[in-house]
Amino acid sequence: MNGHPIAEPTPLTMPFWNGLEKRQLIIQRCNTCHRYQFYPRNFCIHCESRVLTWEPVSSRGHIYSYTITMRAPGPDVAVPYVVAIVELEEGPRMLSNIVDCDPFQIEVGAAVVADFRRENPNESMLLVFRPA
Amino acid sequence: MGIAPRLSGQYAVVGVGESDLGIVGPEYTELSLQVQASLRALDDCGLKIHDVDGVFVQPGPFERMPGLLLAEYLGIQPRVNDTTMVGGCSNLQHIEHAIAALETGQCQVALIAYGSTQRSARTRKIGGVPEDPRSPRGQFDVPYGLLSPIGPYALATTRYRHLYGLEDEELGEVAVATRQWANLNPLAYHYEHPLTMEQYLKSPWISWPLRRDDICLVTDGGGAIVVTSMKRARDLAKRPVSVLGISSRSNAHYWIPGIDDLLTTGASITGPEAMAAGGVTYDDIDILEIYDAFTTMPLLAVENLGFCRRGEGRFFFRHSRTGPGGEMPMNTSGGGLSYCHPGMFGIFLVIEAVRQLRGECGPRQVKNPEIVLCHAYGGVLSAESTTVLGKE
Repeated sequence: MNGHPIAEPTPLTMPFWNGLEKRQLIIQRCNTCHRYQFYPRNFCIHCESRVLTWEPVSSRGHIYSYTITMRAPGPDVAVPYVVAIVELEEGPRMLSNIVDCDPFQIEVGAAVVADFRRENPNESMLLVFRPA
Repeated sequence: MGIAPRLSGQYAVVGVGESDLGIVGPEYTELSLQVQASLRALDDCGLKIHDVDGVFVQPGPFERMPGLLLAEYLGIQPRVNDTTMVGGCSNLQHIEHAIAALETGQCQVALIAYGSTQRSARTRKIGGVPEDPRSPRGQFDVPYGLLSPIGPYALATTRYRHLYGLEDEELGEVAVATRQWANLNPLAYHYEHPLTMEQYLKSPWISWPLRRDDICLVTDGGGAIVVTSMKRARDLAKRPVSVLGISSRSNAHYWIPGIDDLLTTGASITGPEAMAAGGVTYDDIDILEIYDAFTTMPLLAVENLGFCRRGEGRFFFRHSRTGPGGEMPMNTSGGGLSYCHPGMFGIFLVIEAVRQLRGECGPRQVKNPEIVLCHAYGGVLSAESTTVLGKE
């Protein structure tokens, strides 16, 4: 798809990847302290509870920081592209690409919303973000 | 907490050596570079191979059990064999582990060695090393094409620009001053290549806001140091260099979005702890040796170590303050940016610090340094170690 290596979901992370197939962002929330976490783990990183559920989240967030990749890491990769740490409204941060934007016009703090991309029919849907 | 204050000055770095550096060619291996550097470090202090009873070496791309291999090759049966691998600060953490082993009597002479053929063997790729596609990084990092390790440092640099402002020239000051040191070091890869600010500003973006000239070299090379008790050190060939303090930490992230704050690193803990162990204050430090895989790293280090306030690191390097003749000499070998960078630079910080403290540095010798602070990172701001060394 974007030329980068692709992920291989595990039983633990499958609900996240299945959510993307339905164009939904679903992450873990702790049943005890009610906080969200990302990436998926089999315990709560905040309170060590072992009981977590999967919940859809707002899909909205902001750019905590970003970089514009100018040198392609492989022959099939088009540059420039933006890699950002996105902070969700619910708190957790994740790495992603910012798409549908001029890479040289985006800013730290900018509002973004989740989007879902599959460029090759054999591959899983990938979570990306675009300016809100 | 690092080593206890009562151990300050009780242990010494007695021998140092590099292997051949730069582009060594396909006939060299990680092992051959470790051995070459080790023999030079032992010759430097006058100890024999069979005096070594503790081996400290981290795995590279070719050897899973490098400590067993190195011991076999040297023909020794060490009582301590430590292959702690936390990236570029591994060899500094090895010093801390060596002191623990020496203090508890597990060994008497510790050999810390490193070797990499990453340049000749082409094991370094801008996209990073292959990850298990099921691992956290494999699932939640690699699919987005973050270059590694430059990408995480670019993310930190962008955050810094956003919060405090950062002029391109302010990072350029680090690259240019470091190059000036390399121009005084005949062993440096860039010994004969000056770098002006104008040239720096023309160098291409790789992962904005970092350019080619913000990035360390990719070279081959190895290094070794010998650590023993101060009591034993006094009978050896050269004046010992005392370990005044050392402190290390693994930060709670390996996957870069897991960091709490891109600009707060473990140096804010390891720096003050290592200095406190040795009773050393900021004014006592004559030279900084700070791992500079990217120009942003010394910037973050001087703030987190406490040499200036947050947001003021960008002024720290102005007017060649850290270059030759400057008031706070830094990376006097030419650093990872311009001297050599065989993948993990930590050991080279210590080698240079020892030589400066002994007064062996020729044209680049800083006048009468008494105390040098070394700080190294590992992973992507994932682990750190600060070592304070002093004249005995």
